[in-house]
Amino acid sequence: MTENAIALGRPDFDVIAAWVQPNERVLDLGCGDGSLLKGLIELRGVRGWGIEIDPASVLAAIGNGVNVIQSNLEEGLSGFENGAFDHVVLSRTLQTVRHTQGIIEEMLRVGREAVVSFPNFAYWKNRMAVMAGRMPVSEDLPYQWFDTPNIRFFTIADFDALCVEMGIVVRERMVLDEKGNTVVEEANFLGSLAVYRLAKV
Amino acid sequence: MSAHSVGNVSAQRARFDEPLKLKSGAVVPAYELVYETYGTLNAAKSNAILICHALSGHQHVAGYTDPERIKETLGWWDNMIGPGKPIDTEKFFVVGLNNLGGCHGSTGPATINPATGHPWGAEFPLVTVEDWVQAQARLADRLGIDAWAAVVGGSLGGMQALQWTIDLPSRVRHAGVIAAAPRLTAENIAFNDVARQAILTDPDFHGGDFYRHNTKPARGLRLARMLGHITYLSDDQMAEKFGRKLKHDTIGYGFGVEFEIESYLRYQGDKFASWFDANTYLLMTKALDYFDPSHATQGNLAAALARATAKFLVVSFSTDWRFSPTRSREIVNALVHNGQHVAYAEVASNFGHDSFLMMDPQYHAIVRAYMGRISV
Repeated sequence: MTENAIALGRPDFDVIAAWVQPNERVLDLGCGDGSLLKGLIELRGVRGWGIEIDPASVLAAIGNGVNVIQSNLEEGLSGFENGAFDHVVLSRTLQTVRHTQGIIEEMLRVGREAVVSFPNFAYWKNRMAVMAGRMPVSEDLPYQWFDTPNIRFFTIADFDALCVEMGIVVRERMVLDEKGNTVVEEANFLGSLAVYRLAKV
Repeated sequence: MSAHSVGNVSAQRARFDEPLKLKSGAVVPAYELVYETYGTLNAAKSNAILICHALSGHQHVAGYTDPERIKETLGWWDNMIGPGKPIDTEKFFVVGLNNLGGCHGSTGPATINPATGHPWGAEFPLVTVEDWVQAQARLADRLGIDAWAAVVGGSLGGMQALQWTIDLPSRVRHAGVIAAAPRLTAENIAFNDVARQAILTDPDFHGGDFYRHNTKPARGLRLARMLGHITYLSDDQMAEKFGRKLKHDTIGYGFGVEFEIESYLRYQGDKFASWFDANTYLLMTKALDYFDPSHATQGNLAAALARATAKFLVVSFSTDWRFSPTRSREIVNALVHNGQHVAYAEVASNFGHDSFLMMDPQYHAIVRAYMGRISV
């Protein structure tokens, strides 16, 4: 990881920053206030666009000078052509999307590679919480069960299995613990957040 | 007067003696444009914003023209433009004009043709959005503005902003394309044609030369406006505002005004027909119909926009069915295809196509945020 990338301030952002190259076209799905895109543009020299549905986030992204497009991810990426982007990023959002397979297929249609990060529900602390009878709340799952935007609850092992089923190639995978340190062994137990670099066969 | 108003304003007039060749091939030998300006042009002349008007708009964009009748004489986009407003006249020098062919002081069908000494009438050539951009560019030259910080407009005004980025890319740094479309659909053209037929078949139209008969096709223009007005509102808004409310308590079983919506539309039609020129209305609707930057690129909008170097703000409104959000997305998708800079907001608003003129907090915050980032 480069020193520049670390300046993005979030460990999964730094992983993503290391995977993109200058001048690449990047589409960030669910871009929020545009922080990731702004970082990738300023520090990695990419050309970026973001998709966001929330009006307050769209406003914040415009205030950040980011190319934000207000649109609903659940309706797909039909406005964009095949292979229009080098990387299509879905950061900490897959677990909030209803059409899981649909959005992954769309990402790999409009992008050469898809970058997906998500919280690992099988992280040991999450398992402990459930063992103790409560839904987990952690660094990467910061919501209470009654106010969470998350609707899909899955693990690293689940996602690996889905990739196999969908015939998707996992080019690279980085798993991080709650402090943002890289997890190498027992990823599905020790990892709190996973970042995948995906491609079609 | 409000602290956020540009205050009492008056129009200026610029005369252009160099003939303007129009897209149709016709030539306007000389013409005048009326315009208003707000704020101060900076020394670098880098803070100028051009506001382009829609079908019935004009040069009086902000402030008021009569201190005794502030409310009645407010500019048509006064909620958007002024000190501390989304398009901030403390930062920007804002120019509003009446387009060529208009009826608010610029040369148009109702002004005198020097060659005949009579109003132009039917002789006035049809002008296109491209022609307006050329005429506006001459006004920019006159004001010493090499490049606009932004060209901004709603509806037909947004189309002019789009055309600027294609025709004179080096002269526009940002484009605000609001409630617009890259070209009209058959349905859009159909509405325009019914409006035109209402005017053209009015016995008082006299082939466009009604001025010399001391009359005007008020019935036709009224119908045209009533039809147009329906398409500017949303179904929800009409239901909310009028529903099936009756003007009087009982049904009269006749053709007089019964429902509130009838009363409203007739009032709007009458009011419009009393001040707007029928030939200008015809001309403006034709400019809308002809607008299609992708015509030269076999329908490929991205190819047409490839020349643009401006950054774009595109805004649409959820209940606008005249130029729906889908139409704005066509522009956005073409820009993204080209790798161009664009921010796009689809604002949830109840006011249909007219939303672009309304004071909506999200809409205004977006314009404010975008304009705030423009360097001058």
